[in-house]
Amino acid sequence: MSAPTVDPVERPPTALRRDTRPAMRRERRAALGFLAPNLLGFTVFTIVPIGASLVLAFYEWPLLGERVFVGLDNVVRMLTTDPVFWQIVGNTFYFVVGYVALNLLVSFSLALWLQSRVRFKGFYRFVFFLPVVSPMVANAMVWRMLYQRDDGLIAQLFQALTGTSGPNWLGDARWAMPAVILMSLWAGFGYNMIILVAGLQAIPASMTEAAQIDGAGWWSRLAHVTLPLVTPSLFFATVMTVISSLQVFAQPFILTGGGPGIATSTLVFYLYQWGFQSYEMGYASAIAWFLFMLIMTITFIQFRGQKKWVHY
Amino acid sequence: MATTTAARARSRLVQVVSQVLLTLAAALVLLPFVWMVASALKPASEVFASPPSLVGSSLRWENFTNAWTYLPFGRFMVNGIVVSAIGTVMVVASSAMAAYAFSRIRWRGRDGVFLLYLGTLMIPQEVLVVPMFILMRNLGWTNSYLGLIVPWAFTAFGTFLLRQFFLTVPEELEDAARIDGASRWRMFVRIVLPMATPAMGTLAVFTFIGYWNSFLWPLLIVSDVRMATVPLGLNMFLGQTGNQWNLLMAAATISIVPSALIVLGLQRYLVSGIALSGMGGR
Repeated sequence: MSAPTVDPVERPPTALRRDTRPAMRRERRAALGFLAPNLLGFTVFTIVPIGASLVLAFYEWPLLGERVFVGLDNVVRMLTTDPVFWQIVGNTFYFVVGYVALNLLVSFSLALWLQSRVRFKGFYRFVFFLPVVSPMVANAMVWRMLYQRDDGLIAQLFQALTGTSGPNWLGDARWAMPAVILMSLWAGFGYNMIILVAGLQAIPASMTEAAQIDGAGWWSRLAHVTLPLVTPSLFFATVMTVISSLQVFAQPFILTGGGPGIATSTLVFYLYQWGFQSYEMGYASAIAWFLFMLIMTITFIQFRGQKKWVHY
Repeated sequence: MATTTAARARSRLVQVVSQVLLTLAAALVLLPFVWMVASALKPASEVFASPPSLVGSSLRWENFTNAWTYLPFGRFMVNGIVVSAIGTVMVVASSAMAAYAFSRIRWRGRDGVFLLYLGTLMIPQEVLVVPMFILMRNLGWTNSYLGLIVPWAFTAFGTFLLRQFFLTVPEELEDAARIDGASRWRMFVRIVLPMATPAMGTLAVFTFIGYWNSFLWPLLIVSDVRMATVPLGLNMFLGQTGNQWNLLMAAATISIVPSALIVLGLQRYLVSGIALSGMGGR
């Protein structure tokens, strides 16, 4: 039924060899035709740049001027003599841990709420989702205004509530990163909320109802039925959010310019400075590969650790 | 009897409390946008007035026209639409065709090539941008639509997403057409594509938003103000106007309108897309 063009009885033994059957040859040609545009673009704009990036990491490669093969010098410099590299890595971890933890807490709480019997769900979803799709640059600009020292809206709210205008959010090295995290939280939680709402909706109502009939209260239903059943969605959301937050760029770029000092400089921001302000393409590539390795390692560890808490 | 009424009253109370708290949360999330629009309508001297007030001494609608003409904001919008629309068409078309080759046609080496695609899904954009930037300079594609669109138009992600969807379309549907002598192209266009519209719609919406909001790449390859997209234009605006916050907020408001319209009109696609695939995460 499946291959009506070839009669199986009359097929000669040689026909089993590759490309001797006209039907197969036609299929190969068709496959190539369908694949060609994507494969060509994918090769030129993904595969080749990946290889080139790896090569660049072994060069001193200014945008203009002489390129010198320097072996592992870039890597050694990054990991040992660069005076700020590890602080940049630390800043990035600070952002990732703070942002991911708060994001999951807020998005899960709101997903639970949206699952309960409330009205106007569509409206709430619209509101929580709006910052996710509006341009991050615009989002960050709005918050830069809100965070203005002394007379920004947040400072004035502080003034009204506590009598002092509160910290200099973007100008104080201790508060700049929390400010970047808070702004990113506002901009990003709606995304995971949607994932978790979908996860919650997939839980059969019969399971929570059964627990209710057995006398389980709201808390114990949440802890022993809902939470375990939604762990696959939580795991997925965590992995994706960690990967994307390791690549944070626009928020520190617009809010603080990486400052004060380098208090909010993250790995991608640092890569941007070396690659596109100092035009040291080799060193920037080494930083990019460090980021890639970091993402792979952390994701691998998360997958290894999922047995401990994810219930499929 | 008494216990059930008490339980019902309690669940009613829970519902009211939930509703109130959710409304508060929504108001808190909306507040920055409300303040953005309010500031956009104030005279420059009153943006940081103390005590803060939602409405200034006069409603300055001309802030919007001033922001629109201060930098060529209309041009930014046109650039954004051209780049996002063409980019989206290219991504969806090239992904759908490749996905068909990966899901429906049997050929030697298929699994190997597909594995190569999958292997790149984890690679962050930042690994690509440095060599891609050099490539753009060598091709002369800086400050051009080509440079903004083409490098991101052939994605492993879109191919993967549509392949997974095509695998769910029953193959028997194509068998009948094949017996009638239809070509692969005809089967693809007439049978598989119509069934895959929801998946392609989802991919299209996310691709469009991705191009529209993209900031790092335009920042790297566009220095000519006439080729800026909306986020890059906003950044140029920030650099040039400095502290004219009312104009900045007018510009930010304008830039958010298309996003708000997309969420309003296509929420269904967005929600189903995120729920199904995660769409890259945030």
